[in-house]
Amino acid sequence: MAILVTEDTKLAVAGITGREGSFHTLNNRKYGTNVVGGINPKKAGTDVEGIPVFADWATCVAESGANTAMIFVPPPFAAASALEAAQAGVELVVIITEGIPAHDELKLYNTVKRDHPGTRVVGPNCPGILSPGKANVGIIPASFFRPGNVGVVSRSGTLTYQIGNELAQRGFGNSSIVGIGGDPVPGSSFIDVIELFEADPETELIVMSGEIGGSAEEEAAEYIRDNVSKPVLGYIAGFTAPPGKTMGHAGAIVSGSKGTAAAKAEALEAVGVKVGRTPTQVAELAMELLGSPS
Amino acid sequence: MDLLEHQGKQLFARHGLATSDGKAVTSVEDAVAAANEIGYPVVVKAQVLIGGRGKAGGVKLAADEAEAREHATNILGLDIKGHIVRTLWIEHASDIATEYYASVLLDRSEKKPLVMFSVEGGVDIEQVAEETPEKLIKQTVDPLEGLTREQALEIAKAGGADEDVVEGVADALVKLYEVWIEEDASLTEINPLIVTPDRQVKALDAKVTLDGNALFRHEENQGLGDTANMDPIELKAKEEGVTYVALDGDIGILGNGAGLVMSTLDVVAQHGGSPANFLDAGGGSDAEKVKQAVALILSNPNVKAVLFNIFGGITRCDEVAKGLVAAFGDLKPEVPFVVRLDGTNDVEGRRILEEAALPNVHAAKTMDGAAEQVVALAKEQS
Repeated sequence: MAILVTEDTKLAVAGITGREGSFHTLNNRKYGTNVVGGINPKKAGTDVEGIPVFADWATCVAESGANTAMIFVPPPFAAASALEAAQAGVELVVIITEGIPAHDELKLYNTVKRDHPGTRVVGPNCPGILSPGKANVGIIPASFFRPGNVGVVSRSGTLTYQIGNELAQRGFGNSSIVGIGGDPVPGSSFIDVIELFEADPETELIVMSGEIGGSAEEEAAEYIRDNVSKPVLGYIAGFTAPPGKTMGHAGAIVSGSKGTAAAKAEALEAVGVKVGRTPTQVAELAMELLGSPS
Repeated sequence: MDLLEHQGKQLFARHGLATSDGKAVTSVEDAVAAANEIGYPVVVKAQVLIGGRGKAGGVKLAADEAEAREHATNILGLDIKGHIVRTLWIEHASDIATEYYASVLLDRSEKKPLVMFSVEGGVDIEQVAEETPEKLIKQTVDPLEGLTREQALEIAKAGGADEDVVEGVADALVKLYEVWIEEDASLTEINPLIVTPDRQVKALDAKVTLDGNALFRHEENQGLGDTANMDPIELKAKEEGVTYVALDGDIGILGNGAGLVMSTLDVVAQHGGSPANFLDAGGGSDAEKVKQAVALILSNPNVKAVLFNIFGGITRCDEVAKGLVAAFGDLKPEVPFVVRLDGTNDVEGRRILEEAALPNVHAAKTMDGAAEQVVALAKEQS
């Protein structure tokens, strides 16, 4: 099955004509993702290696049947493009763009929730979603991953690759890999994604990779305790991060006594989630839980 | 981006939130002139981004010119927990009847702005929240509607503001929210929000944090913050568009992606090492950017060894390798490097490094192994 992106994904991309946007869109298509269109008001009517470019999201959805949006446009315009996709009825909006103002994210999240409950937003500042063997939406280097039974959800892109790779080296594959992004107001939380993995028959183990800042990991711990029957493994980055400093991700900051890695690991361990202290250890714990992959 | 008190008060004033008359100065003479102009008594306040200024002797009342001169002389240059005072805020001293607390921040769990108010002002609010949580009123606001006057009045009343200043407190809350929204702040805080004997409500202090990602639409706010007290390498990194955080250890770290770099710091620490910095070379770094990043790391004299931990997605390992080779040509580092390259174009990247045969560069196969090796090398150097 996999979650969020599958063989049924019909992807359209805002920012398809930009350098990064075109590179990754074509990469996604090469992987097998069904890419049906792109958006650029100034280049409507043209195409990017056969992918038609539309003036706006409404036209794109009407003419291409797109059900998934990827946002690659620069930070000042990214939230507006994401909202436009939701207004056009797109079910899944994946925002790759980094550096979007937190207030834009706040308004986007609340507007989508109020006016477009049928739309799910993933990101911003995320690497996207990969369902190995099925579809890749975003910038995850898919060649490192193969299909399997471990679902991964993470606030960090590269850390996802690291953990996924450690798992792959021990023979584990992935049902889906979901990057939720490192910004203060993500469109989807750990809980949203864990809920999908819990319901996905292909997923037998859930790995969640968190980091300092906010309390999303603590909230996920409570949710897991009450709602999740599958084993969950955790990892938290930032044990040695100094308070008050933003560690690269806009959302990764220890404020006062809040948001520390230690508190997050503790909250997860308190509900029976084993937390690896290194990415390598996460893979070793997976071996303990599942045994060698078949 | 955290603002100094006087910068925060400028933003408050821009939105009509009452503060006392004051002036920011950087010399004793200017301080005295400002005090004379404002009229005594004045308060001389150190402008640093650290709490506990008062206890450290950074806030003093002056009744006349002689005292203003004395305090300005003593406070300028004062070291408050590593922050050197380079700017003073001279303000007319307010008569205080009551001290309240007010703030607006981002509630990340609810994904809404959160307004907080307490009649327990002038003290550590975290302590109030912990010991007497019922005295701290918290109210989330629908960001699509904004903070209405009715809601602000409810908050002021529920918090127990004196009846004759409920309107004034509500006004202040609405304006504080306006600053938060219109300036793209992640925190606007007044502690204390005072009531004067003639029942005026005004901000005696200001704590404001702005969202750096939104500065593109606030040209007037660029250059704010305490740049004079910023780590010089952090400041240079910011100018070059590199994410660098200074730490106090001796192992330079370069990685790609915030999460992986944070994880690298942790793994190095687990092996008994102490990182000198956080540096995220970022997605899609080319050779030139990598070279600049190496220069930043090496400009810290404490660095005894350097770890490259790359898992390329957007980032291409061959570009990283080229950047490292170029950096060695220009900078001729004397400390050992450990390099771990995986991901996009890693075979090519490793080949470039092998061919360049850079002195004192050690290839590592895994992140864990790389961390162990760099810690051992750093220890040899000391």
